[in-house]
Amino acid sequence: MAYVVTDSCRGCRYTECVTVCPVECFHLDEAMTYIDPENCIDCGGCAPICPVGAIHPSWQMPADKAGWIEINRLRAAETPVVNAKLPPLPGADERAERLAS
Amino acid sequence: MSAPHRIAVVGSGPAGFYAAEALLRSGVPVAVDLFERLPAPFGLVRFGVAPDHPKLKQVTAVFDRIAGLPGFRFVGGIEVGIDVSVAELGACYHAVILANGASLDRRMGIPGEGLAGSHQAGSFIGWYNGHPDAAGLSFDLSTERAVVIGHGNVALDVARILLKTPDELRHTDIAAHALDALAESRIREVQIVGRGGVERVRFSPKELAEFGDLAACDIGLDPDDFPGGVPKPIAEAGVEARANAEILRAFAEAGGGTAKGRRCLIRFGLEPLHLTGSGHVERLHMRRPGSDATVVLECGLVISSIGRRTAPVPGVPYDAAAGVHANLGGRIQAAGVPVPGLYACGWSKRGPRGTIGTNRACGVETAAAVLADLAALPAPIGNADALVTNLATRTSHIIDYAAWRRIEAAELARGQAAGKPREKFVTRAEMLAIAGEAA
Repeated sequence: MAYVVTDSCRGCRYTECVTVCPVECFHLDEAMTYIDPENCIDCGGCAPICPVGAIHPSWQMPADKAGWIEINRLRAAETPVVNAKLPPLPGADERAERLAS
Repeated sequence: MSAPHRIAVVGSGPAGFYAAEALLRSGVPVAVDLFERLPAPFGLVRFGVAPDHPKLKQVTAVFDRIAGLPGFRFVGGIEVGIDVSVAELGACYHAVILANGASLDRRMGIPGEGLAGSHQAGSFIGWYNGHPDAAGLSFDLSTERAVVIGHGNVALDVARILLKTPDELRHTDIAAHALDALAESRIREVQIVGRGGVERVRFSPKELAEFGDLAACDIGLDPDDFPGGVPKPIAEAGVEARANAEILRAFAEAGGGTAKGRRCLIRFGLEPLHLTGSGHVERLHMRRPGSDATVVLECGLVISSIGRRTAPVPGVPYDAAAGVHANLGGRIQAAGVPVPGLYACGWSKRGPRGTIGTNRACGVETAAAVLADLAALPAPIGNADALVTNLATRTSHIIDYAAWRRIEAAELARGQAAGKPREKFVTRAEMLAIAGEAA
């Protein structure tokens, strides 16, 4: 079990999640963040703080997002840890508004 | 190279560790002394997180890494305000960060609250988690029904520990005295009571959902609390509120039977008025807010979990309304004016809310305030190393990180023998004895 970043993060990458992760288990590439399931302690701090609701617990994944469990595992192993907030990607706010509407 | 700035952090829970980390990783030459009143570090990770939530405790591996950063020193067993004053620290450090948490339970302030059998959640949690200040307490578990007052995660922890079977707790790091007492418990029902409705609960959905999976406990709501049925989640509510509402509707449908032998009822719209009983709690009297209807519950144990506040520290301005050190963004303020060199972090800065990781962002914010102010702070007149040496001789109960690691190794070995991840020492004397043994 672990928390999982889904494709809602792609193109926004707000990284609010990173600031509240107690165990530095967030990784990132140019598009989005990923959670290392080996290090996540299920504290649940990241999910409610995500501006676009991209993060779900693995035991409560929306059916069409289940594939992201494995993608997080694979990509976290291939990408560097991020331990501080970064500026969101260009256009993130507009994209977040579209997702919310 | 210039001597590092010296910073004292008071309290070794998550907030203290993350503040220390942010300072030590800043690139600015600083040395951090982390003061802790107990011989053991980690604050609520050790003494608050429930024993049946072991995964959360893995965060201590991060704290161990922080403790290994150059410039870090653990000063355990030293209580600021007793063994050393904030003024003394202020004289020996450029800056002092108070991260002493929220150790005081809020009281309901109702008649009968002082009766035997009426407790605050902090005492009960400290007891089952082996806190040295709570190890000597006892709780009357000979009653059939207990009531927990409050609709937050702490209330859920208290109810869950009361309702789990000995087999569900045996292989956790629960204190041995608590496991023994709970194994003899005759409690068969716990009611979790709150004033508000379903939309007002402050549970984490994940922790609420655990009540659907208890080995020997059914879960339900009381139809009396919902004359019009349990409300559906409101679309505009937040993700967590909607998740909670859905879980609670499922619990309502589950019905709160007694097939499993024990049951938990989550009650809504009930305001406690007073407790009665002859020398011991026998009844909790409540009313429906906005009406004259009263509800009386027979019960022999009442545990209130309605909030916490920070223990004031002598010499530090206190915000009584918020129950925290008076501060703005982590800078302690007296009558709205920052007190140079004095800061707050964690629950003693922002109140008792958030997850463990919230303290990381909080520690980063307070550390940033310290670092921004450092150049303007006067050099200390005293010497921090001399102070710590002096504390070691004048108290004889100082614990460094190596001594803590010896205590921890002994706890893990005891745990292994008992089939538990850890068997905590629950008295200072035991811990100091282990710490004093040759490395």
